Amino acid sequence: MSDNPFSLWVYLSQSPLLWLTVTLLTYAVADAVSLKTRRHPLANPVLHSVWIIGVFLLVTKTSYTTYFAGAQFVHFLLGPATVALAVPLYENRRRVVAAILPMVVALAVGSITAIVSVVLLAKAFGLPRDVILSLAPKSVTAGVAMGISESLHADPSLTAVSVILTGIMGAIVVTPLMNFTGITDYRARGFAAGIAAHGIGTARAFQVDEVAGVFSGIAMSLNALITALLVPLAVTLLVH
Amino acid sequence: MIASLSLILFCQLIGEVAVRELAVPVPGPVVGLMLLLLLLLGRDRFPALARGPLGNDGVESASRAMLANLSLLFIPAGVGVVQKLDLLADHGVAILVILAVSVIVTLLATVATFVAASSLISRGEDKP
Repeated sequence: MSDNPFSLWVYLSQSPLLWLTVTLLTYAVADAVSLKTRRHPLANPVLHSVWIIGVFLLVTKTSYTTYFAGAQFVHFLLGPATVALAVPLYENRRRVVAAILPMVVALAVGSITAIVSVVLLAKAFGLPRDVILSLAPKSVTAGVAMGISESLHADPSLTAVSVILTGIMGAIVVTPLMNFTGITDYRARGFAAGIAAHGIGTARAFQVDEVAGVFSGIAMSLNALITALLVPLAVTLLVH
Repeated sequence: MIASLSLILFCQLIGEVAVRELAVPVPGPVVGLMLLLLLLLGRDRFPALARGPLGNDGVESASRAMLANLSLLFIPAGVGVVQKLDLLADHGVAILVILAVSVIVTLLATVATFVAASSLISRGEDKP
């Protein structure tokens, strides 16, 4: 045993092991609570894990860089998980092929709405230009959004934050909102979740219904492609 | 399990290499997704492909396991909010309101378009 418990903390807090464990453990608890509440929207496991770990970092005065040295092993799996979407896509291929046209139209409308609404609102609120540019790509998955933000000379880390906030809010609001509209087509509901709230929306969609998850995954992938083209265009037209 | 994970990583690797070599504005993992989909579709046509990770539900079960915990993978990026607390203190309320309104408007516009388009198409198909 170490005679000074503080030196043990100094050692552990610098090691990837502690932060990887904290990430997995917090998620395991948050996910168990989410399951217990039968996937209640407000028991969103991303939301609760993020603030719990965030508070823990602030209280222990740990830098995000130190935390990320451990958490990067989890973060890394975002890429392979995107590839893995091929499997549910393949298994539901007939349903997907049958819905090609509604998907193309909804993709165009949804993607433009996501970008134009955020830019116009941010202008109406009088936010500084670099903040507006950083918010514009917020509906696509973090890696792509940060790339877009960089190419606009905006702030990629603010973009990452707005992407995550968008995803969490979308995942929380999607089920009650869709129930309110009375739409029961899980293809449409999932597709909307993927367009508006990327991977976090897709994770939520898979919790609710497998078909919704598949359509959400397609929407997220397609949206990543066309948002990269649309954001620079929208910024030229709308932001002066 | 390891072979299935290797196949998934390999698809992503090919995707990343292709995107960089061809300088196209597409995320590498999305190309990897298309590659794995092509492999799965190819397996239907050429049963000889159904071996290793592509046989016996290998890559399918590995993918399902990963997607079942998709939420977990967003946590490290999400915790990045702690770096931006000063900016959120300045514009936080405005940013939260803007993002919330935008996400709701986007959800409604997308779902309404999808439903309208699919009912228009099925109505068209009903006619002789």
